[in-house]
Amino acid sequence: MKVILRNPRRELEIEGALSVREVLRRLEIIPETVLVIRDGELLLKTDAVAGSDTIELRPVISGGGR
Amino acid sequence: MKCKICRRPAAIEIRRHHAVFCRDHFFEHMTRQVERTIHDYRMIEPGDRLLLGVSGGKDSLALWDLLTDLGYPVDGVYIELGIGGERGYSSESRQLAEQYAKNRDLHLRVVDLATEYGYTIPEAAAETGRVACSVCGLSKRYVLNRIAHDGGYDVLVMGHNLDDEAAMLMSNTLTWNVDYIGRQRAVLPSTDQGLVKKVKPLLRIAERETAAYCVLKGIDYEVEECPMVGGNTGIRVKQWLNEMESQRPGTKQQFLFGFLDRVSDQFASAHQEQVELQECDNCAQPTTSDRCAFCRLQVRMADSE
Repeated sequence: MKVILRNPRRELEIEGALSVREVLRRLEIIPETVLVIRDGELLLKTDAVAGSDTIELRPVISGGGR
Repeated sequence: MKCKICRRPAAIEIRRHHAVFCRDHFFEHMTRQVERTIHDYRMIEPGDRLLLGVSGGKDSLALWDLLTDLGYPVDGVYIELGIGGERGYSSESRQLAEQYAKNRDLHLRVVDLATEYGYTIPEAAAETGRVACSVCGLSKRYVLNRIAHDGGYDVLVMGHNLDDEAAMLMSNTLTWNVDYIGRQRAVLPSTDQGLVKKVKPLLRIAERETAAYCVLKGIDYEVEECPMVGGNTGIRVKQWLNEMESQRPGTKQQFLFGFLDRVSDQFASAHQEQVELQECDNCAQPTTSDRCAFCRLQVRMADSE
């Protein structure tokens, strides 16, 4: 599968089909800190991602002055 | 996974609420959380004129959407900070804020820091040697209050969410900055006629939820992080809190609301005793010294040209 990461934007390939939970575990990403998006739809941690899918891991943490 | 209310396919899981929602019931949940926060902390009185600080990011646009759907008439103000040049971060964020306002037929005022106050955030950070987030925070606090005050608004609405507030509390607790801890509130009352009451209706909503709300509602928001945010400690603290949250869902909410509802008053008295406000000799806005920090920055920037 193709995984799109942001800030900075980059892409990586992971072999085979996996659950969202497993993708995040492999990339050491805390589930609370991202949305997982496929074709404009949000995925849940139990959803399966096929080897041919493209998913975006969109960070939700923002910082800055307030 | 299925929605806990209607058993249709779920769109999002919120672990701290032991809840899984479909799209529509998630929107309903968000609306209820915001309504409850406004009610519990008496944020808005009937007839109040409301001004929302809009950044073009997920929080302010989600909040504008939620408040509008709840029937509150809310105007927005966007501050053009001049970050990233002509087609950069600020310009893109501004377009997204303008696009949203246009789509929903809402009033958005744009204030350009460079034209109206004579400097941009990158210029101010370079000139003062201060962290960009610090001059940016100072500038935004001042300008938002000024616009709200001069425009006759009763309440300045801010998009600070559960993560923002929990991280702020954590940072200030780790350093025992009791002065700042004493100032942290769901509602910052108008303690001076020049200071507009400030409220944070997203306190119960995590930032993952405002982002999800925007995606599910089709609201385009600025996804990229500000290019000047590097080294910002707030983001690091959020990361630590999220590590705790993933081990024990509900940690952020317990930490923040335990403070707001049971502890904050004990810090407030210490804070209030120290503060005496007077008028800034330049802009007449309330400040603790002869000239406010914003005017000192503005004068310094004018002198540097």
